[in-house]
Amino acid sequence: MFDDFFLRALLGGIGVALLAGPLGCFVVWRRMAYLGDSLAHGALLGVALGLALGIDLTLGIVAVCVALVAMLLLLQRQRRLAGDTLLVILAHGALSLGLVAVSFVHGARLDLMAYLFGDILAVNRIDLIWIYGGGLLILIVIAFLWRPLLAITVHEELARAEGARVTLVSIIFMLLIALSVALAMKIVGVLLIASLLVIPAAAARRLAQTPEQMAALASLAGCLAVVGGLFGSLEWDTPSGPSIVVAALVVFLLSLVIAGPVLFVRRHLIQAPHAPIGKP
Amino acid sequence: MNALSDKKFSTEVTTDVAADLASGAKALVSVDGLGVRYGRRQVLSGVNLSISGGEIVSLIGPNGAGKSTLIRAILGLTAHQDGHIKKAAGLVIGYMPQRLMIDAVLPLTVQRFLRMAAKVGRREINTVLEEVGVPHLRGAQVQEISGGELQRVLMARALLRNPDLLVLDEPAQQVDFQGQIDMFDLIERLRRERGCGVLVVSHDLHMVMSATDRVLCLNGHICCSGAPEAVSAHPEYVALFGPRAAESVALYHHHHRHAHDLAGEVLPIGGSLEAEPRAHPHAHPHSPKPPSGT
Repeated sequence: MFDDFFLRALLGGIGVALLAGPLGCFVVWRRMAYLGDSLAHGALLGVALGLALGIDLTLGIVAVCVALVAMLLLLQRQRRLAGDTLLVILAHGALSLGLVAVSFVHGARLDLMAYLFGDILAVNRIDLIWIYGGGLLILIVIAFLWRPLLAITVHEELARAEGARVTLVSIIFMLLIALSVALAMKIVGVLLIASLLVIPAAAARRLAQTPEQMAALASLAGCLAVVGGLFGSLEWDTPSGPSIVVAALVVFLLSLVIAGPVLFVRRHLIQAPHAPIGKP
Repeated sequence: MNALSDKKFSTEVTTDVAADLASGAKALVSVDGLGVRYGRRQVLSGVNLSISGGEIVSLIGPNGAGKSTLIRAILGLTAHQDGHIKKAAGLVIGYMPQRLMIDAVLPLTVQRFLRMAAKVGRREINTVLEEVGVPHLRGAQVQEISGGELQRVLMARALLRNPDLLVLDEPAQQVDFQGQIDMFDLIERLRRERGCGVLVVSHDLHMVMSATDRVLCLNGHICCSGAPEAVSAHPEYVALFGPRAAESVALYHHHHRHAHDLAGEVLPIGGSLEAEPRAHPHAHPHSPKPPSGT
C-alpha cells in the first residue's frame, strides 16, 4: 500500500512520539522546555566531533549531550545565574563551537540542513532499531523513576525530607533527556525535537486529571501529529519534518477546543459532584 | 560531649512537662550545640533541643530568627557546620512545609497527591482525609483548593507516612483566626490519638499557647524555653516581642477558657482543662529555664 520508506518514517516517528510523551511532560512540568532545544543545538558539536574523530555520529551526539547535561548540573549548583541563562550560554556556545569545528574538518561534507530539519523519510532499519531499542530502555528507566521523579517535580524539599534521592534522580532524568534528543535528532532534526517534547504535552494538559493521564495523552497526541503530518506531507508534497510540527500545532489547538466539553462531561455526568460535608 | 548531655539532662528536669515524659519517652530527635552558617552569616549557634514521643514542642521567634533553618537542619535539608543532630533509629518524620506551590501545569488530584507520600489505597486516603476534616476534597485538583484546605491536605500527607514525629512549619499561616484555632486543636488531637511527637514552628506565641507542652523561643540561639506561661513572662521573650506580645498572650489564654457554640454564645469548657498542665493553678512558681545554649 505504502512505499517502504514511508512505512519506516511512520514507525520511526511514532517511536519518537511515544518516547517524547512522558519525557516531554516532565520537561514541561519542570519548566525545562528549553532543555531539549539547547541539547539539540549543542548536538551539532557532537556531529562535528564524530566527523573529526571518525566515530559514529550518534555516538558523538550522545557524548556531547551528556557532557552538556553534566556542565549544566554543575553550573546549576551556583545560584547566581538561572537555568534558562545557563541553557542559552551552553546551547549557543556548543552550536557555534560545532559550526567552527566542522569548518576545520577537511573533505567532510556535512548536510547541515539534514541535521537541522532532519530527514524522517530517510529512516532506515538500523535507525528503527536504535529508536525502539533505546526508546524502550529509556521508558523502562522512567517507569522505575516515576515515583521519586514526580515527587521531586511537585516539591523538591518535601521529596527530600521524605527520603527521595533528589540529586541522583535529577541527574538520571537529564541524562535520559540527553539520550532521547540524540536518538530523535536524526529522525525529526535539531529544530523539531523540542516541539515534539513540548507541544504534545501541552496539548494533553487540559484533558488530563492526573500526571499519568497527561503522559499517556501526550504520547497519543504526538502519534496523531506524526501520522497527520506524514500523510499531509504525502498529500500536499510538503517537507515532512515541519509538517509534523504543524500537525502537532493543530492537535494542540484542537485540544483547547475539546477540553471544555470533555471537562463538562467528566464533572457532571461521570463523577458525582463533590458534595460539601454538611453536619445536620 | 559529656558536658553537653549533662546539661541536657539538667534542663529536662527543670521543665515540668519534660519531667513527666522523662519517665517513659526516649528522645526522637536530640540536637546538641547546633550551628548553621549561610556564607558568612551565622544563622544558628549553640542550639540544644530534644523532642520526645507524645510531646508538642513549639518553636517561636521573630522573622529571620532561624526557625525554618533549624527545622530544615533537623530534616536534613540544610547542612550544619557545628554540633550534632541525633535521630532515633528508624525515625519516620512527617513534614508539612510552610507553603506549597504546585504549578497548574501539573494535573494533580488530592488523592493522587496523597498517594505520593506512601503506597496507600483509597480507604486509607478516605480515613486520613476524614481525620483532618476535608473528606470532600479527594477528587479535587490541588491547585483549585483554598489555602486552609491545602494546609489540611498537607497535614494528611504527613500523617499518611505514620510518622513518629510531625514537623509543621507555620501550619496556620495561611488561614483565618478560627482556622488557626482549628488547626491547633487538630494538632492536639493528633498527639493524643497517635502519640507522635510534634515540632511546630510559629512566629508568635498566641496560637501555640493552646496546644503546647514546651516553647522554645529562638533568635539565632535559644533565648528561653519552658512552659508557655513561663516563656511569655521571661524577660528575653518580652525583650524580643515587646510587652504587648506578653499581654496579648495572657488575653488569648483567658479567652480560651470558654468556647463558642454555633450561634456565638459562650460555653464553658468542662472539667478536662483542669487536668492539663497549662491550666493548673499557679500555686508554685515557674522558674524560667535559663537559655540552654549558653
